[in-house]
Amino acid sequence: MIELVNIRKSFNTGKPNEFVAIHGVSLSIDSEKATVFRGPSGSGKTTLLSMIGCLARPTSGRIRLNGQEITSLPERFLTEIRQKTFGFMFQQFNLIKGVTALENVMLPAYPSGEKHSSLKRRAMDLLDTFKISQKALSNVEWLSGGEAQRVAICRALINNPSVIIADEPTANLDTKLSREFMEIMGRLKGEGKMILIASHDPLVYELSLIDRIIDLRDGRIDGSGS
Amino acid sequence: MEKWIERQKHIIDFTVSSLLRRRGKNAALITVYAFVIFMLASVVFFVQAIKREASIILQDSPDLIIQRMSAGRHELIPVSYGDRIRSIRGISAVKSRLWGYYYDSVTGANYTLMVSQDPRVSAGRIVIGAGVARARIAFAGDTIEFRAYDGAIIDLEVKDTINSQSELVSSDLILVSGSDFRRLFRVPAGYATDLTAKVRNPKEQPMVALKVATLLPDTRQILKEEILRTYDAAFNWRGGMIIVILSGMLMAFIILAWDKASGLSSEERREIGILKAIGWETSDVLLLKFWEGMILSLSSLFSGILLAYAHVFFTSSFLFEPALKGWAVLYPRFKVAPFIDPFQLATLCFLAVVPYIVATIIPVWRTATVDPDSVMR
Repeated sequence: MIELVNIRKSFNTGKPNEFVAIHGVSLSIDSEKATVFRGPSGSGKTTLLSMIGCLARPTSGRIRLNGQEITSLPERFLTEIRQKTFGFMFQQFNLIKGVTALENVMLPAYPSGEKHSSLKRRAMDLLDTFKISQKALSNVEWLSGGEAQRVAICRALINNPSVIIADEPTANLDTKLSREFMEIMGRLKGEGKMILIASHDPLVYELSLIDRIIDLRDGRIDGSGS
Repeated sequence: MEKWIERQKHIIDFTVSSLLRRRGKNAALITVYAFVIFMLASVVFFVQAIKREASIILQDSPDLIIQRMSAGRHELIPVSYGDRIRSIRGISAVKSRLWGYYYDSVTGANYTLMVSQDPRVSAGRIVIGAGVARARIAFAGDTIEFRAYDGAIIDLEVKDTINSQSELVSSDLILVSGSDFRRLFRVPAGYATDLTAKVRNPKEQPMVALKVATLLPDTRQILKEEILRTYDAAFNWRGGMIIVILSGMLMAFIILAWDKASGLSSEERREIGILKAIGWETSDVLLLKFWEGMILSLSSLFSGILLAYAHVFFTSSFLFEPALKGWAVLYPRFKVAPFIDPFQLATLCFLAVVPYIVATIIPVWRTATVDPDSVMR
């Protein structure tokens, strides 16, 4: 379970161009549920997901992960939480260009010191699960949008996280690939993972697998969520 | 421990694939970097080796040289001075030497002529240094024409050339007989260019020199140790001169390396953000960049040093010959014996590797300590 208590995030704090992206958001998200953060561009969806995923710290407020307050933890501990708890899927996939799909999938587990052979086997299994193993040794820049996204999913899952965070995952996909992606999300939810998606795509939030929609506007929750 | 090793292996693996991704840029950097190291290492190796060579050859030089002075200039010395010097306690032998310089207008070179007891040398017959042989294209059996002090032409037959092992100090040397020397330069009988003395106890050399100075106030005394020191200083100076010239190039390289290493491209910043977002710690990113810097600088260092070694010890430093060996016209041609001073090698390693690693790590550390949320945008 993730709890947000009065979260506020501002940029350029104290300067004339100070901008407040999130204004005192409080909410709690249940485990094993799929939640969509919906809202127009600039509503604060990405900022909120960044803070939940320990990629950024709130300016004020508290975030609790399974009861543990994580906002004030030192960088090292935040990295550990990021590594073990969250799997990220970025809007632009953010794969490392010039290296193979396999190595991209293995990258998040490199610091763990897992034996190369077992890590490679796990990465290959994941690529196989998502039907992309034939492209394992291809450089990622040679992959199509759908293939690159499946590699990004495998990378997000390599450390077996309990929470999947996806930022505008269907923004660069056509309808067929978007549906495929959401099927995968359904499968992961079925495995007991918490799914957090930022999106304003009806193909995402209108699906029955979505348990909750949180509407955001101008950095505030709009209504209580459906 | 096993996990630690595995982690290092993973990060080195990724470092190598990172380097290969920018292979053109990195290859260019290694080439320039290795070239700078090559130039510096060549100077260092050459100066060290040549100084060592010179000191080995000069070990055979006399313990003490006595020269007569007049108005601050070197004058011919009466051979009879030798008898007075011989009377000083501690001196075991005194010999007179005849030597001088001869300008050859044909080649524009200066030769050093020296009277020798070499059995190959006799009246009308000379033995020449390898530099002279090359300049005059002269072989055994040829004759070389000399112009005496009065304009008379004297033909001397080349009997042999001096062994090229000692070419460093014998390139411009011509060994002649006493009678030919005196005829060429009008040196009267009973006079010599200078006298040499053998001192039994090396520790007594300065004291013996002082006694000679008291006995013969119109002479100067040159100790063997002073000759060695002069050669040392001369080669150090030449090496220093080259390093000063190279320092411009070195500075240009440092600026290039600093620019390359410190100015992270937006692509590199993005990658650091991605690595942090997917669970890498700041220390993992720093380790990655550390290995990258190590691989780049060590490959440059080793290739530069190997090339310099081959350049100095296999090709006789053909790039630096004119500046480092001396002799305006007759460059000695010889191979120096391989010799490397470990201290200088360590200094070279330190200068090549540490600044590059520091220049690489600092900007990465700055980027890596920032929150990785920028990659979400």
